[in-house]
Amino acid sequence: MALPSYAGPLETIWYYLFRVICALVFIFLISPLIVIIPLSFNVEPYFSFTEGMLALDPEAYSLRWYEEFLNSERWMASIKNTFIVAAFSTVLSMVLGTLAALGLSRSELPYKGLIMGLLISPMIVPLIIAAAGMFFFYSWMGVSQSYLGLILAHTALGTPFVVITVTATLTGFDQNLVKAAESLGASPTYAFFKITVPLIMTGVISGGLFALMTSVDEVIVAIFIAGAEQRTVPMQMWSGIREQISPTILAVATLLVAMSILLLTTVEYLRRRSENIRGISSH
Amino acid sequence: MTTTVMADGQLTPEEQKRLTADMHRSLRRKKIRAFMLVAPLVVFILITFVAPIATMLFRSVDNPQVATYMPNTTAALAQWEGDALPDEATFAALVKDLTEGRKNKTIGKAATRLNYEKSRMRSLITGTARKAARLTPPYKDKVIKIKKGWGDIDTWRVIKRESTTFTKSYYVAAFDMKTQPDGEITVLPDKQQIYIKLFWRTVWMSLLITALTVILGYPVSYLLASLPLRTANMLLILVLLPFWTSLLVRTTSWIAMLQGQGVINDLLVWIGLVGDQDRLTMIYNATGTVITMTHILLPFMVLPLYSVMKTIPPSYMRAARSLGATPFTAFYRVYLPQSVPGISAGAILVFILAIGYYITPALVGGQSGQFIGNMIAYHMQGSLNWGLAAALGVMLLVLVLGIYGIYNRLVGDNKVKMG
Repeated sequence: MALPSYAGPLETIWYYLFRVICALVFIFLISPLIVIIPLSFNVEPYFSFTEGMLALDPEAYSLRWYEEFLNSERWMASIKNTFIVAAFSTVLSMVLGTLAALGLSRSELPYKGLIMGLLISPMIVPLIIAAAGMFFFYSWMGVSQSYLGLILAHTALGTPFVVITVTATLTGFDQNLVKAAESLGASPTYAFFKITVPLIMTGVISGGLFALMTSVDEVIVAIFIAGAEQRTVPMQMWSGIREQISPTILAVATLLVAMSILLLTTVEYLRRRSENIRGISSH
Repeated sequence: MTTTVMADGQLTPEEQKRLTADMHRSLRRKKIRAFMLVAPLVVFILITFVAPIATMLFRSVDNPQVATYMPNTTAALAQWEGDALPDEATFAALVKDLTEGRKNKTIGKAATRLNYEKSRMRSLITGTARKAARLTPPYKDKVIKIKKGWGDIDTWRVIKRESTTFTKSYYVAAFDMKTQPDGEITVLPDKQQIYIKLFWRTVWMSLLITALTVILGYPVSYLLASLPLRTANMLLILVLLPFWTSLLVRTTSWIAMLQGQGVINDLLVWIGLVGDQDRLTMIYNATGTVITMTHILLPFMVLPLYSVMKTIPPSYMRAARSLGATPFTAFYRVYLPQSVPGISAGAILVFILAIGYYITPALVGGQSGQFIGNMIAYHMQGSLNWGLAAALGVMLLVLVLGIYGIYNRLVGDNKVKMG
């Protein structure tokens, strides 16, 4: 959007003002994530910049909170729990979500709108309502305060993302490719694994990453149905922010920002690869 | 299967019938196959997600406590007219219920239930139950002597009213109303109203947050849509990174930004805009909730808006300009109308997400920044009035699903696009 040559002085001012406004919004978006990084290296137990930090005095910075984090049994246990729950629920979401998306993309499926509405309902219903319901129902089923309960709940919350991304991948999918493979003698199973799977794989993986992120970040349902044994990282952060707020949380937050950069890069890479494979340019 | 063809190339009527039947059968088989693919997830969601919510919502009308734990009193009151104190037989039934209820440790449940309806019912029931076993007939005067409340006809009216299997009283409470002893439902005085006010505040703050995301998101999306793809993709990272970052991380960083000794206050003091003594209170109140939630939900506005704006050809604006429109007219008459689908999709998405929020208001909202979700959590975990929590949950759910219905009409759910 270059400034057109016929622009008058007012338009020129607006052109630059507009860019300043946009820059301010970008700063609003990104500054909270940037700010916590130096704060997590604070030598003092504060949430704010000390004079020494502003003077860039090396004495004012330390790895103290990272050490505390690494030496804390509670944090380490919560990482293990988060990992277990996220791994199982992501894989389950990917399998169930992909199967459902394959079914949803078939034109013969009756009540498509109704089924789609049901399957993405975990994304629409406020989590506090779901959590309250699971609190009773899961203890009635005997799975509350267990890994199984938390995995089931997080799988339910993660599947809509897989369903949506895989369905989106399948909309550009040419069914004739499968028919061609079968006419050349491939069995339906062989055609599925040789033709369909590679083409929808990017959708499956990026849906899976959404599901992973949902599980890793989920706290409301976890507070309601998990026990002390299953304490996850978000639960630990939640109680940390409410009870004794220490910069250890900032250290964890910094690590989580690093993780989201990694996830974001992967998802973007997959999205572009998928567009390239299917020959859809992003414009 | 062989099909004989008649001489003129037509199928015989029987053949035609058989062929149609075959087609139907194959179509049905395809339908079943498609359904088999969807079935595992449908069953899974029904069991792990829909059933829990349905059973929880049922609690908003479920009312078993009095009928179950005071069965004799319930039966005795069935024929009672409610115009005079019940007879000796009813008092005898009460003493029997209280004695057994105390022995089985169940009377507290009925007492707690009745206490929601009338204050001091709990102490009335548990206090009498403690002495009930030692009473001998006739009971009526002795019971009233233990606790005067039994001589109050309203006590009995409440017990009779709440001895039904279903109740509307949780909804009455959730709508800030009260059932009078004579059965009339009246609105509580303004000062005692909690939930409707909180609902309006939740709606109003969610609307404010939605409006802020439109105001902040529109220029950014416009810029992204009009820049060359490579630059736009670079800048898009600044939107996607917060989107992919944990909600708790973003809430934590806003605490570090906004608190009294936080980054923004430090900056303002350093510049000299604000004195060190009167630092701004921007967190643990409604302001904190609005700022933090606007930040958290902004990507949900930018992403749909950007995807719509990308499809608006830039030549339309140039054409309008070349035909003599001022930049403002060209934008207002040509560009804005075409971006409306993006605004409505983003706004409804943000509004639906905002209205059900719980974590962020709980952490940065203080007193004035609480949402209805926080009240549901309080009744679930604090006051343990699950019926009321369920009634508030139903009201929230109806609101959210209603708005989602409108959203679906406007955009269609398969167009939800994020990232």
